Amino acid sequence: MLYDRKSLEEIIQSQESWTKEELNKLLARFPERDVRFTTISDLEIPRLVSPEALPEFDYDQELGFPGSYPYTRGVQPSMYRGRLWTMRQFAGFGTPEDTNQRFRFLLNQGQTGLSVAFHYPTLMGYDSDHPRSLGEVGKCGVAVDSLRDMEVMFEGIPLDKVTTSMTINGPAGILLAMYIVVAEKQGVPADKIGGTIQNDILKEYIAQKSWIFPPRPSMRIITDILSYCTHNVPRWNTISISGYHIREAGSTAVQELAFTLADGIGYVQAGIDAGLDVDDFAPRLSFFFNAHSDFFEEIAKYRAARRIWARVMKERFGAKKAASLKLRFHSQTAGCSLTAQQPINNVVRTTTQALSAVLGGTQSLHTNSMDETLALPTEGAVTVALRTQQIIAEETGVVHTIDPLGGSYFVEWLTNKMEADAMKYIEKIDDLGGIIPAIEVGYPQKEIGDAAYHYQGQVEKNEKIVVGVNKYCKEEEIPFSLLKIDEEVAHTQVANLQEVKRKRDEQKVQAQLKRIAEVARSEGNLMECFVDAVREYCTQGEIIEVLRGVFGEHRDPGML
Amino acid sequence: MTEQRKIRVLIAKPGLDGHDRGAKIVARSLRDAGMEVIYTGLHQTPEMIVSAAIQEDVDAIGMSIMSGAHNVLMPVVVEGLAEKNAQDIAVFGGGIIPEDDIPDLKEKGIKAVFTPGTPTADIITWIKENISPK
Amino acid sequence: MISLDALLSRDVRAGARLLRWIDDGNAEARGLLKQLYPHTGKGTIIGITGNPGAGKSTLTDQLIHRYRKQGKSVAVVAVDPSSPFSGGALLGDRIRMQEHAVDDDVFIRSFATRGHLGGLTNTTTDVVHALDAMGWQIILIETVGVGQDEVEVQRLAHTTVVTMAPGLGDEIQAIKAGILEIADIFAVNKSDREGADRTVSELQMMLDIGYVSPAEQAHHGGSILLRDQRQERVCPQGWVPHIVKTIATTGDGVDELMTALAEHTQAFQNACQDESFGRARQRQEFLDVFRRALFERGWSYLMHEDHLNQILDQLLDGSADPYTLAEEAVKTLYRL
Repeated sequence: MLYDRKSLEEIIQSQESWTKEELNKLLARFPERDVRFTTISDLEIPRLVSPEALPEFDYDQELGFPGSYPYTRGVQPSMYRGRLWTMRQFAGFGTPEDTNQRFRFLLNQGQTGLSVAFHYPTLMGYDSDHPRSLGEVGKCGVAVDSLRDMEVMFEGIPLDKVTTSMTINGPAGILLAMYIVVAEKQGVPADKIGGTIQNDILKEYIAQKSWIFPPRPSMRIITDILSYCTHNVPRWNTISISGYHIREAGSTAVQELAFTLADGIGYVQAGIDAGLDVDDFAPRLSFFFNAHSDFFEEIAKYRAARRIWARVMKERFGAKKAASLKLRFHSQTAGCSLTAQQPINNVVRTTTQALSAVLGGTQSLHTNSMDETLALPTEGAVTVALRTQQIIAEETGVVHTIDPLGGSYFVEWLTNKMEADAMKYIEKIDDLGGIIPAIEVGYPQKEIGDAAYHYQGQVEKNEKIVVGVNKYCKEEEIPFSLLKIDEEVAHTQVANLQEVKRKRDEQKVQAQLKRIAEVARSEGNLMECFVDAVREYCTQGEIIEVLRGVFGEHRDPGML
Repeated sequence: MTEQRKIRVLIAKPGLDGHDRGAKIVARSLRDAGMEVIYTGLHQTPEMIVSAAIQEDVDAIGMSIMSGAHNVLMPVVVEGLAEKNAQDIAVFGGGIIPEDDIPDLKEKGIKAVFTPGTPTADIITWIKENISPK
Repeated sequence: MISLDALLSRDVRAGARLLRWIDDGNAEARGLLKQLYPHTGKGTIIGITGNPGAGKSTLTDQLIHRYRKQGKSVAVVAVDPSSPFSGGALLGDRIRMQEHAVDDDVFIRSFATRGHLGGLTNTTTDVVHALDAMGWQIILIETVGVGQDEVEVQRLAHTTVVTMAPGLGDEIQAIKAGILEIADIFAVNKSDREGADRTVSELQMMLDIGYVSPAEQAHHGGSILLRDQRQERVCPQGWVPHIVKTIATTGDGVDELMTALAEHTQAFQNACQDESFGRARQRQEFLDVFRRALFERGWSYLMHEDHLNQILDQLLDGSADPYTLAEEAVKTLYRL
């Protein structure tokens, strides 16, 4: 407890007299600017938090020390004094050649990890020559159809020196398989490579909607990946349980926290149900949160996330290894907070958002570029974004002490509040039978849709201010040029794909695809098959097509 | 018969991107402005959109695209309508669409383009001023 | 202008426009309906009702697949509620059927209730007549599905399927809403969920105790069964509702549902040989058309000739009561 009963009573007494003598008198003459002060998530914020609001606060129970249970203050004992977070800009566009160039540029600029953005056809399991890929090739990320593309993308980049994060879900296993084979060809064995595949299909159903198969077979593929990596790629983060997209879809901070952790609970349960030991795979689970604009709400969210996860892993799943209890997370500043109007202001938004992620103890960070509501970022814009992180790390001094906001009455109150509100959602999801049944009845989807609509209404009524959109507006030309991706990319990519198909051994390809269908129908490990299949240059579209035939396709349940 | 004409609008998500936040907000806003809104769901091909618009006999189609595929997909829908003799159905769009692309889209028959930050009230006003129920 | 030929050759654009006119109450629609009526009577009309979340749209999607496999053309009439506040509507049923959007032998149309209660719209009868005349072989009507008094569909459909999901308390709701009595077939959907077997057995029990047995029906003399004073139920003699377990998302049990539908269609067609059965159905249909014709006449009388304002004036100055005024208006209107 922060104060003994007597001291606390004294504080409460002086607070009462302050309220009566000072505050109320002032308010009688000068009312406050508003009747309600709320976070961007519409959570009401008190005027002042004093020890009165934290009467039961127990330092050991609630905070502990960095690197020790319940990890509220951070997952490592030395945090940024030991090592800074990984600066990892999400990048990918056009052909693998284009993206390879951008990767080399970013590494030269001092970036410390790679993060691949794939184009939509790859995310959805179509090759670049599929009719569904019309207009999409290379637009929103890099086109990857076969091992050839992965080889080109990482040419000249030593995979034993960098770690790579791949934002890929439905076809995650196949892309990881390609990465493993590229490393192998570089002479780097699988147990020496490190990185992350997002592989978080549950949040796809909830928010991001890049799904392929129905939930249950998707979970089977994921457990196959968990089991394969535990034995063969031990340094790989097998699932990056993501709240980022949930938030971008319009959720509140509490919903982001709750639904992400509920997804995490779903994966751990699935791993256990598949016969794995929780302490074998839990240490390789990582998280991915949004760094949104409401500064303290975000910081409280990260702190609460660590505490809830540690408690859930220990109490609910009986995990014993410390590494299983630690919630490590990547963060990305909020794309949906950026404005097309006066876009240079986006640099400022990104800066404060990034600062909240650092004060909240992130393990890696992507900062958005100022032009991202208009197009994919140019080299110039992405450099400013990376510099933003470097300035926070090297100039502001916030990295010198661990969890500098720990013990702030307000931040601790808000952390408790986030935890309590998130737990209510998690209990509701448990009541619905877990996250998969909850998704099937559309529960999180509907909650998020309602929150998004509510926020939009607040913006339109000027109850929430977006600078340059509903206040301080001015007409202006876009002050910089944008990255354009022309249709030539699609032609090049399709030509390269055809070349690959001409050169490969078609008999081996067919044999691999047949084996995948057989294993999908039975109980073998699909991940093993993926590695063998991509080595023969089976394309990801071909492999997914086979799996669609076995598992069926998920369709938009259209929760309105 | 007692006549009761309503504006009917199809809101569609063409292409592969799954960002339906905007489309759903627009759909709800149009409903709250008294229109009948048919929502097609995600991952629609231009052919599916054209066919749904004709079967539903809508007055307008609103498409939301975030993936950058707008220059290809939106005009294909306009062409598809023309092929089916349904040019009377107005097409408008929204999403991550650079200012530079808008003149070309308009040239190709997209009647209005709403970029990020547009209040839903502006979209409603545009529809009410430019679209009348058949 | 819509040409009759275009409609009879199932031109989608013409058909879709006619439905718009019917829905909007456009006066030209009635003329076309008169011309189309002689061409009706060939289609099989199936109603699908049930509570929200029971999976009606997904089940409808499965039925479209099966009927298409049989080579039959399918039209779907999907009804969703209008907002009582704005009068607008968000119609999302076709999301689950979009796979059929580019199949020329499938036609899907969404309608908003526009204030009409009972699970359908005010003009669903006309819509179904139009689709039937245009030559759609299977017409699936998906009701609103808000679980209230959705009994209208059974007057219009040859076969009514009530969809339920275990664990939603649907059984109880069904009794309350009177929905139990309208089912020719029960589809217990999402039957991989816990409690599916219990739902089936509870339904079975309710049918056993609540339903008039075939023998009793015979005693009533004929195929007409009066269930209560509001709802007149016309169903083939001797038909006992079937209960089928389905999982619409995977298609499990849908074959069994198709079999049940085929059996009921047969029973329905047999019953149609019976004059009293045909007469009873015609009676229901005519009363629906007549009720609307009466209402429309009265409404336009009130609106178009300033009669309403005169009535309101009298009410405001207290010179008359609403009951007398309404009686007088009806007398004048119908020259009684």
